[in-house]
Order: sequence, then C-alpha cells, then structure tokens
Amino acid sequence: MKKSLLILCVIWLPMTALAAGGDTAGLRSMTPALQDKASLQNGMQLFVNYCMGCHSLQYQRFSRAAEDLDIPRGLVEDHLILAEEQAFNDQMQIAMDAQQSGTWFGKAPPDLTLVTRLRSSDWLYSYLLSFYRDAEQPTGVNNSVFPAVAMPNVLEPLQGVQQRVCHDGDCQLELVEQGRLSPDAFERAMFDLTNFLVYVGEPSRLKAQALAPKVLIFLAVFALLAYFLKREYWRDIH
Amino acid sequence: MAEDGVNRGRRRFLVAATTMVGAAGAAAVAVPFLSAWKPSAEARAAGAPVKADISKLEPGQRMVVEWRGRPVWILDRSAEMIRRTEALGEDRLADAASSNPQQPDYVSGPLRSIRPEIGVFVGICTHLGCSPVFRPEPSAEGVGVDDWPGGFFCPCHGSRFDLAGRVFRNVPAPLNLEVPPYHFESDSVIVVGLGEGEEVG
Amino acid sequence: MERSDKPKAERGLMRWVDDRFPATQMLREHLTQYYAPRNFNFWYFFGSLALLVLVNQILTGVWLTMTYTPTAEEAFASVETIMRDVEWGWLIRYLHTTGASAFFVVIYLHMFRGLLYGSYKAPRELVWVFGMALYLALMAEAFMGYLLPWGQMSYWGAQVITSLFSAIPAIGPGLAEWIRGDYLVTGITLNRFFALHVVALPIVILALVVLHIVALHEVGSNNPDGIDIKARRDADGKPLDGIPFHPYYTLKDLVGVAVFLFVFCVVVFYFPEGGGYFIEQPNFEPANPLQTPDHIAPVWYFTPFYAILRGVTFSLFGLEAKFLGVVAMGFAIAVLFVLPWLDRSPVRSMRYKGWMSRVMLGLFVVCFTTLGVLGVLPSTETRTVIAQICTLGYFAYFLLMPFYTRLEPTRPLPERVTD
Repeated sequence: MKKSLLILCVIWLPMTALAAGGDTAGLRSMTPALQDKASLQNGMQLFVNYCMGCHSLQYQRFSRAAEDLDIPRGLVEDHLILAEEQAFNDQMQIAMDAQQSGTWFGKAPPDLTLVTRLRSSDWLYSYLLSFYRDAEQPTGVNNSVFPAVAMPNVLEPLQGVQQRVCHDGDCQLELVEQGRLSPDAFERAMFDLTNFLVYVGEPSRLKAQALAPKVLIFLAVFALLAYFLKREYWRDIH
Repeated sequence: MAEDGVNRGRRRFLVAATTMVGAAGAAAVAVPFLSAWKPSAEARAAGAPVKADISKLEPGQRMVVEWRGRPVWILDRSAEMIRRTEALGEDRLADAASSNPQQPDYVSGPLRSIRPEIGVFVGICTHLGCSPVFRPEPSAEGVGVDDWPGGFFCPCHGSRFDLAGRVFRNVPAPLNLEVPPYHFESDSVIVVGLGEGEEVG
Repeated sequence: MERSDKPKAERGLMRWVDDRFPATQMLREHLTQYYAPRNFNFWYFFGSLALLVLVNQILTGVWLTMTYTPTAEEAFASVETIMRDVEWGWLIRYLHTTGASAFFVVIYLHMFRGLLYGSYKAPRELVWVFGMALYLALMAEAFMGYLLPWGQMSYWGAQVITSLFSAIPAIGPGLAEWIRGDYLVTGITLNRFFALHVVALPIVILALVVLHIVALHEVGSNNPDGIDIKARRDADGKPLDGIPFHPYYTLKDLVGVAVFLFVFCVVVFYFPEGGGYFIEQPNFEPANPLQTPDHIAPVWYFTPFYAILRGVTFSLFGLEAKFLGVVAMGFAIAVLFVLPWLDRSPVRSMRYKGWMSRVMLGLFVVCFTTLGVLGVLPSTETRTVIAQICTLGYFAYFLLMPFYTRLEPTRPLPERVTD
C-alpha cells in the first residue's frame, strides 16, 4: 500500500509541475499587523484625510472601526466623520456621485472595503509606493504596479516625487523631490494605510484569531476523550 | 466479545466525561446561532436615537417623529391643557400615578414628562397596536364621552388617553402610553431614544 | 394487529412509543443490531463525516437565508451585512463556505474508498447508484449556491456553465435562455437558483441520503477484504466478523468527527479563503456583466470535469468541439453510474485483485487529480495536451474495466476478514 502511494507521488508530481508553471509579479511583500492598534488608527486617519474624498468604504461602519481600533466615540465624531450628515453608526460612504466622478476620472473611483481581499495586501502596499512622474499621462503621474492608472497621486505632498529610471530594461523608482515625510516614514505610513484596509476587508479576523485557540484546544481535548472512550469499548473485540 | 476484564468504572467515567464535554461543545455551538438573531448592527443603526427640533412647535400643537419604525409624539401642552390634565384623578384614570413601568424613571408626576409643557409618547395604543388620533379640544365629538378633557382616542377599539398619555378607565387598553427614553440636547432639540447621560447600546 | 416478532421495550415510555411507532425496532436495525464488519479502516470514516457536513450545511444555510437577499441589487451587499453587521454572521458564513469544500473533500475520499474495495459490486449496486445521484445533486447544489454571493466569479461561472447547454445542437440556445430566464445571467437567474439551492435540492439530497442508507443497511456494509461477513455466523445467527454498529462504530466515528472538526476549524478560523480555492479572489468584487475577470476558473471540486470539457479542442464526425466537450464532460459523470456493471472481477477488494486493476486505479487517481490541477490553471498548448492524455486515462479506467478485470489473475480470498 505504502509503496504504491509512493509510486503515485513520483508519477504525479512531475505532471503537476509541468501543468503549473507560475507567474510571480514583483510586488513588495507586506505582512499585516492587525494587533497593532496604533498602526490601524493611523491608517484610518490617513484614509479619511487622503482617500475618502473619492473612495468609500460602503460596508464599514465608523462605530465598528471605533470599537475594534479602540478609538473613543468623541474622537471619531470630531475628527474622522467629516461629512455633516453622517452619524457615528453610519457606513463610511462618500457624497461624490459615481456617475459624475466617472466623467471626471474616466472611471468612478472604486469602493475600497474589499480591495485587499480582491487584490491582496502586497498589491495595495506596492501600488501605494509606486507612483512616478510621467508627463504623458493626463494626471502627470503613472504607477508601475497599475500602469496608466486614472488616479492622481494624492499622496505626493507626503511622499514627494518619484521618477522611473531604467538601466538595461531593469527599471526602478527613485525619489527626486522629497515630500513632508522621509522615505522611511512614508513607507511606514503606507504600511499603516494598507494595514487599516486589511482590517476593513475582514473586521472579523481579529475575533476569529482570538477565538481559534480556544476552539482548537477544546476540540483536541474532546478528540482525546473520544479516543480513550473508543479504545475502552474496542477492548471487547480484540 | 469477552465480557470479562471489562473495567466498568473506567467505562462509566469516560462515557460521562465525553458526554459532558460534548454537551458543553454543543451549548457553545448554539451561542453564535442564537446571537445571530439579535438586532444586527444595521438594525441598531436604523434604530439609533433621532433628533427633533421643537423650536417651531407652538403651545397646543403636536409633532410626530419616527423612532424604531414607530410614531413618537412630541406635544407642547398649553397652560390650560396642563391644568385640565392635572385635574384628572383616580376616579377617571386607570393608572393616574403611573405605577406601571411604562416610562423611564426620570419621567415623573401626573404629566409624565421632563418639562411640564413638553410631553413625549410612543404613539401606539397599548391595546392592540393602533395609533390613536389627537383630539386636544375639550368635549370633542366622536370620542364616546361627554366630558372629554382633551387627549388621544384610538379609533380601532375606542381606547382613550389623556394629554399625559394616561389611559382612562373602562376602555380596552390596559396600560398608559409608553414614554420613550429622551433628553433635551439644547432648549429646542430633543433626542428621542436616549436618556440624559446614557450610551447607545 | 399485534405482531409478536416485533422487538419492543418491556415497559415505560419507550413501550408506549413502541406500541405506536417502531422506535426500538429501528434503533436495533440501524444501530445496536446492525452488524458491520470489524475490520473497517481509515477509509471508512468519510460516510459519517459526509452526514456531519450535511447537517452543518443545512444549519448554517438556514441561518444565512435569514439575512441574505436574493436580488441582483442587494445580494452582494447582504453577504457583507452577514459578514459585518450580523452578530457571529462571519462564523456562520465561513462554516458554510468551508463546509461546501469540505463536503467534496469528504465525498471524493468516500468514493475512492468505494473504488478501492469494490463497494459498488453486487449486491451493492443500488447503494452506489444512489450515491452517484447524491454526488450529482450535490454538484448542482454547489453550483447554484456559488452564484448567490453575486461576485464576479459567481456571475461568470454561472454564465459559462449555463452556456454549456447552448452547445447542444438544435435546442441548445433556447435551452440556455430557458435555464437563465433571460438572455444572460441576471437577477431572474439568481432568484431561481436561490429557490433551488435552499428549497428544492436540499429536499432531493435528504431523500437520496435516506435511500443510500436504507439500501446499505439492507445488504450490509462491505469491508476492506471485500468478503461477505454474513456467510459465517455464530450459534445466535450473528456474523462472526460483525460487530454492532453501536457502540463500536458510533464511538470510532466520534473520534473521526473530532479530528475532522479540528482540521475544519483550523481552516474556518485561520484560512477561510482556502488559499483562494474555497473563496476565490475575484468574488470580492460585485458581479459586473460588462467585464470578465482576467482569469476565471471553477471552484476546485469541479475542475477535473472542467479540464475534460476544455481539453476537447477538435471536431469529430462533423460535430463541433464545443459540443463534444460537453458530451465528454457529461459522459465522464454518466460513466460513474454504470461502474457496478463494468467490473467483472470475481473479487471486490483491491487487496485480491490483480496488478492490472491496481495500475489502472493508480492511473485513474493520477489522471483525475492532474485534471483537477489543470482545471484551475489558464490553458496553454502543453496543458491542453496533458489534459487530453489524462482524459484518455480517465475513460480508459472505466471502459477497459470489463476486460482487465476478467483477464487478470486474482488472489485467493481469505475465509475470515483480516486485521
């Protein structure tokens, strides 16, 4: 039996290897830190100030974020809810009309609630760091992760200006004009922003991870008891 | 199947232990399923406290706001209305002293309100859930009594309430109208659904 | 009308019930005096696990229905409402999505056990046929359920699969529209799939489960040796190699359940997306009829058949490739139903069959899994050739079975089951 399984593996592996053949895009890797409340809070503030002019989080409630990120209600109402008509329990909608913005930008800015689940946190993190000056684009900027992106670089005041420099077809982005933040500080800020959007993509993740060990320990104990019980009864048979 | 050599005590212990742990597990599984029936964040957002501007409300008038899908009446009682309401007693009202818990404890007195002139009531008859009509004028017709002091009349089954929402005797409705939690955010703004200093649940 | 041979409790409440309903009799027939072979191994856990997953799907499914809204406008948002606004909604949904994949993992292993030990052979043909009908119903159930979140993958998956029907000559195009209720997949399709997913198919599945189990208990369980335990009985008429299902197998299955739940919960709590295979990434974007995602692939449990469909790239006998692909796929599923009549071996279990059966089963497993892997990947020329070879292997296993099972020498069967 074991031998035939081994033979199976030997035949099967090369076939799947032949079948697979991957494509790995050159993205910066980003490991979310959902326990880091300070990072998430900073990310939320960045989102509200820099992104929420155009992008909604239509399934995320302010109140839920406040609760999960330990932000006092008053602080949220005073500093994070910018629209007059929005209430603490409301979802993070925007006033901009999708059809209008569609004509302004060529494409309506998408809702970002699930962006990290749709495209991955690595993608978002890399995208945020990859704007560069490109006079040929209508917005004056391009993005090496999302070529010909319709979005202008709203983060330029923070990051500064990057330029794309190519040597023998190997292209890199270089900072030519620094913004308000140092390169390190900007990367940290983008980490926080990405981190916040990872949280928004699945607010239940923190709860799930907190609960999981308890459930698994319980099941392990139960499995052990069930095993001893089974062994006890099966003594009749052997 | 040899019966001898069976350790009955050990067997009993293992059966009991596994059953208990299993039952605890089943109970734990029930928790998420039962909790899922609680009002969702969506329902809670929809049921959040509502604000009402009463600056344009004249004495003797009533306005209606919607809170948790129910009509809430905000009534500005004139001095004459207050006098007539305070004059009513046990002889005509079923629960003149509001001893049934149909109001928050910061609402007291015969007028069942925080400020004497402003009355706030859930406009749902305590009989079978119709919304009574506002008949403030004394001796109004069609309310079924001659010496009507002004109040609310339920067209469904003829229940009558005074201008403090107290139910009259000899009508089908058993209880006074409910007073929702509320407070005054400022002189002219009422928050319905939340008492002074309370947190949203 | 009292029949004396009916087993009844002596006294008490149970006696009262027994006089009106055969409770004691049923308990005995299906549990305490249902004699199962004593030598069940690892492969015999998956029947009871399938039942467990079915219960999970029904329970969580009912709860999801309480908040889910089956309209094109609201469906996607209502799933997010479940995930965020309903208390514990995320857990209930992940139990359901992970349960769908777990169902197929368990069912595939359960079916493999049947192939390995010849559980489909006489007198268990109907057990197998009911099981295959269950598998078919389950595929329909899973396919329709996958449309409900109304994400991009839901939408385009349904678009592609319903288009398959348009490949049937003459009636095809009309048939596809009839199934969708519209010219393409729309809210109308969503509504009928919802009705079928939550009402009609669960009823069919439950009925088939009953038939499957009744048929099994009528003829008795097979075992890894494939020999009949009823042939040798003790003085009381009990099979010498049989043990009562309860308490021996109920307790053994309980261990299986606990271990399964452990693995299941690891996925539910830590990897609910199953690496993009249980919940596919494009499904986090609402359905958009104007834009197909870059790469669409069916959920993993359909991919072997999808690879067969895609592998047919040539016309034959004047029939176009699209139609032949659908025929090949349909045939790949249909051939499973007649398996009991393809196997002509005098023995049931692989333990006593000859080398040809072993090689062919190995080939089948390799081909089926390779097709599964290919179905997830975008097709290239090389992959299409591999898919075609594997499709041949898949059919060879079944269609050559009448020959190799008769030709090969078998080993002698033991008198009693072996441990």
